[in-house]
Amino acid sequence: MRKYIINFIFLLSIVAIIVSCQNQETIDLQNYMSNGKDIYKAKCQNCHGENGEGLGQLAPPLTDSVFLKTNKNRLACIIKNGANESLIIHGKEYKEKMPAFPELADIDVAQVMVYVTNSFGNKQGFVPYTEVSTQLQNCK
Amino acid sequence: MNKIISSIAICLLSITILSSCQQEKKLPFYGERHAETVKDAAGVEKIDTVYQTIPNWSFLNQDSVVTTNKATDGKVYVADFFFTSCTTICPTMHRNLMTVYKEFKTNPDIMFVSHTIDFKYDRPYVLKKYAQKLGVDGPKWQFLYGSKDSVYTLAEKNYLVAVGEDSTAKDGYIHQGYLVLIDKDRRIRGAYDGTKEDQVEQLKKDIPVLLAEYKK
Repeated sequence: MRKYIINFIFLLSIVAIIVSCQNQETIDLQNYMSNGKDIYKAKCQNCHGENGEGLGQLAPPLTDSVFLKTNKNRLACIIKNGANESLIIHGKEYKEKMPAFPELADIDVAQVMVYVTNSFGNKQGFVPYTEVSTQLQNCK
Repeated sequence: MNKIISSIAICLLSITILSSCQQEKKLPFYGERHAETVKDAAGVEKIDTVYQTIPNWSFLNQDSVVTTNKATDGKVYVADFFFTSCTTICPTMHRNLMTVYKEFKTNPDIMFVSHTIDFKYDRPYVLKKYAQKLGVDGPKWQFLYGSKDSVYTLAEKNYLVAVGEDSTAKDGYIHQGYLVLIDKDRRIRGAYDGTKEDQVEQLKKDIPVLLAEYKK
């Protein structure tokens, strides 16, 4: 009987650890989302719009989940350094230059990236700041 | 009984007074004004207020055609100052102005005039590309290019919008994001912050009020 109880408590604690781990990520995600939203409003919304709808053919929408997914590893670099090449988004070509935002720290880039990739119909999940930092060091 | 009658009478009286106070809504006049003695149709001299007006102008539009105030004469128009490489307030201003443009697209009495303040880079073909990409086609919305002197003077002296070069600003220029409403007699009748949605909504409400002044 005692063995069972010990085993049960052991299992319970393992489950608790796993659950609390997930919770930490959920908390981080919420944290990034709310900070990311503020940065988005200040830096991105002018051109990309309140709901990521873009502006005519001047600024592309941020609603192309396929583009965001295939370019997952470039997003951080684009946010920080801008873009100077033509991009195909929703099947349309966008050629305007996107400005760089050198004032954004790595954590800001990570937060705004998580916000964009989990808003406007996108759902890519959480990316930790450390991963974004590595991506930023390897920008072309 | 007498009391009731008198209270009803007071109520009626106050309603009449209040409703008589209501005037037809008119937009204000902005800028300098002075009194001038003018003769009316009957030849009687009287004193009238003369308001600030937009002077004659001549610029190149997005089709590289010389465009003058004749394009807007006799029309109500909305004027603003921007530049195409602006990444701060201009995209929001023009996103909002676009909604006004769409609302009044079929009304021939309304025009839109955007002056670029980037005299170095925003040549007519750059403006054309910008207009197309914004989704504007046709002469209803003019994008105008002119020398620094002519545009900056017009902005500050006549439209009362501050503009300027600033090497410390992110994109090299600073300017206010006002959408200025001009009546058919070239007088300034409103200025709305184009970056604020509620003010742009007010502009949409004020344009019909201004047009109504001319319908008598």
